[in-house]
Amino acid sequence: MKWSAVPYVAVRALTKNTMRTVLTALGIIIGVGAVITMVGLGQGAAAEVEEQVNRLGQNVVLVFPGERQLGGVSIGGGSANTLTVEDALALQEEIPEVVAASPEVRSQRVIVHGNRNWHTRVYGQSADYLQIRQWPLESGEMFTHEHVGRAALVAVVGQTIVEELFEGADPIGQTIRVRGLPLEVIGVLSRKGMSLMGSVQDDIVIIPYTTGFQRVSGRTHAMVINVQVYNQESMGIARAKMEDLLRERHRLAPDQPNDFTIQTQEEVAQAATETSRVMTWLLASIAGISLFVGGIGIMNVMLVSVTERTREVGLRLAVGARGPDVLLQFLIEAVILCVLGGIGGIVFGILSTEVIARYAGWPALFSVEAMIVAVSVSAAVGLFFGFYPAWKASRLDPIVALRRE
Amino acid sequence: MPIIELEEITRIYRTSAVAVEALKGIDLEVKERDFLAIMGPSGSGKSTLMNILGCLDKPTSGSYRLDEEDVSKFSRNRLARTRNQALGFVFQSFHLLPRTTALENVELPLLYREEGLSWKEIHRRAREALESVGLGDRLDHTPNQLSGGQKQRVAVARALVTRPRVLLADEPTGNLDTRTSLEIMDIVQRLNDDGLTILMVTHESEVARFAERVVTLRDGLIESDERTESLSARRELERWLAQAESKADQRTRKSAELKEVPEAEEVAI
Repeated sequence: MKWSAVPYVAVRALTKNTMRTVLTALGIIIGVGAVITMVGLGQGAAAEVEEQVNRLGQNVVLVFPGERQLGGVSIGGGSANTLTVEDALALQEEIPEVVAASPEVRSQRVIVHGNRNWHTRVYGQSADYLQIRQWPLESGEMFTHEHVGRAALVAVVGQTIVEELFEGADPIGQTIRVRGLPLEVIGVLSRKGMSLMGSVQDDIVIIPYTTGFQRVSGRTHAMVINVQVYNQESMGIARAKMEDLLRERHRLAPDQPNDFTIQTQEEVAQAATETSRVMTWLLASIAGISLFVGGIGIMNVMLVSVTERTREVGLRLAVGARGPDVLLQFLIEAVILCVLGGIGGIVFGILSTEVIARYAGWPALFSVEAMIVAVSVSAAVGLFFGFYPAWKASRLDPIVALRRE
Repeated sequence: MPIIELEEITRIYRTSAVAVEALKGIDLEVKERDFLAIMGPSGSGKSTLMNILGCLDKPTSGSYRLDEEDVSKFSRNRLARTRNQALGFVFQSFHLLPRTTALENVELPLLYREEGLSWKEIHRRAREALESVGLGDRLDHTPNQLSGGQKQRVAVARALVTRPRVLLADEPTGNLDTRTSLEIMDIVQRLNDDGLTILMVTHESEVARFAERVVTLRDGLIESDERTESLSARRELERWLAQAESKADQRTRKSAELKEVPEAEEVAI
């Protein structure tokens, strides 16, 4: 027999009944579309997390006060008062691998300019902070060590502050007030976007930590020490040295646990990507269920169509089709349905990802692998769920099938 | 040389409760170019016999030789091949694929041909078969665009396209009016004149008159087997058309007379 005959017959059978074909494929379209959307959004989120970890700065090590459980990602914290400004200075001076260390003190404050006010976070940092975070200025300049030394009333502000407080006007040289304290704006930060925790990083005012401790927050201890290490390779050594130095400075006996926690950038990244990976899997498995349901839909329609097409099958058998020919025809029909559904699903998935990404502000990433997997899975679904109806059709008795009204 | 030889054919349908003996021992020889009508009341076993002759069913016992091959021992797949190559089917209810053009319907048996034909050859043969039944201008029509007679002619073309040895017709005129029945029988008779062996199941003696030999079944056995002088479907058709014409003439004359009345009134006014 002609090899192309049965595929031809299958294609014709599908094109003769466009409505049924489209409706059957719809389940698969939605299933594959959901898989692609979910995986796309999940991977987009993962990429975003990675990007943000990089934005954390270069070769950054964070020292938190108190002992924190491993794997805790919270960059907030500050649960204990164990880190001092002197600790930060010691880290920078006594460990050669440490390039810079900035003791951080945060407070939520209302800032005022003219008749406008804005609730924001005020960070006390050292003059090296922007270098640690790899955060360039858009205009003006960063405060210097000299500013820090004399607890100068100067501030560097983020983009959100420029928009909300200055309505987009150039704030350099202007004065903002925090609890009545006048701060001169000397620099504007470039835009940074969302943080790992989803907060807007541009909603920020940075002042010398001395000013922060003494005039704004009322705290005495650092909430985090941001440390920059010379390079990637010396990260391990630096970490060990930092631990030793801090234990010594805190006079901890060998059997006492650390009263601080050191986390490298990589550890933060690992914890964060782990979370987003779990999220991606979760989304993908939910989408997988809908693909499965789509497959059952195919089986359902194929079963109904075998019954509906009993006479057709009877006729084919009467004019010389063998059981295997009919089996193959129905299988091919099912697989074509699924592959068409898969392709439709890719289009649908890309569109819906775009829409969600645009309106929900989620990052999205299209992965070719996910598309290939989704389409091959749907073809497999077609084979699997198409087999039973096809087998049923091929087992029909031509006499009975022809007599059926 | 007989093309079909049945010896002691029986067919017993077994269900869990009862066994029904549909055929109780049929001996039948059909020569090439025969035109055989199989008659009998319902339940006489004529459908069962037709299924066995058509290689759609196997006898419980007995031997069936088709073209000198013992078909009763064939496997399912071998039977499918025999149906495709040696037999052509025409059914009472046409059995055309819906939403499928006449041409594609006729091509169908060729697609299942053992030796693959080129698409060009398939199209050519199907077109020829449709032209031979007078439907050369209806190639692209789907069944719902065709009349009953045209549908049956497509079915005949489909049966012929494989150039079979035997044409099996199961109540071919059962769903057709007098005129189209005569047209179909005319086609069948012409095919028979061209050398095709024809087996036709019918319960209408009117239709059986067109055959050359009438086999009557009763209760699973052959009751009678007679050669008859066959009636020419062409002549019957011509006579019917002439009658219809004269009836139509009468009717137009009548309506013409009726028309004259208002005209006369108009004149009166």
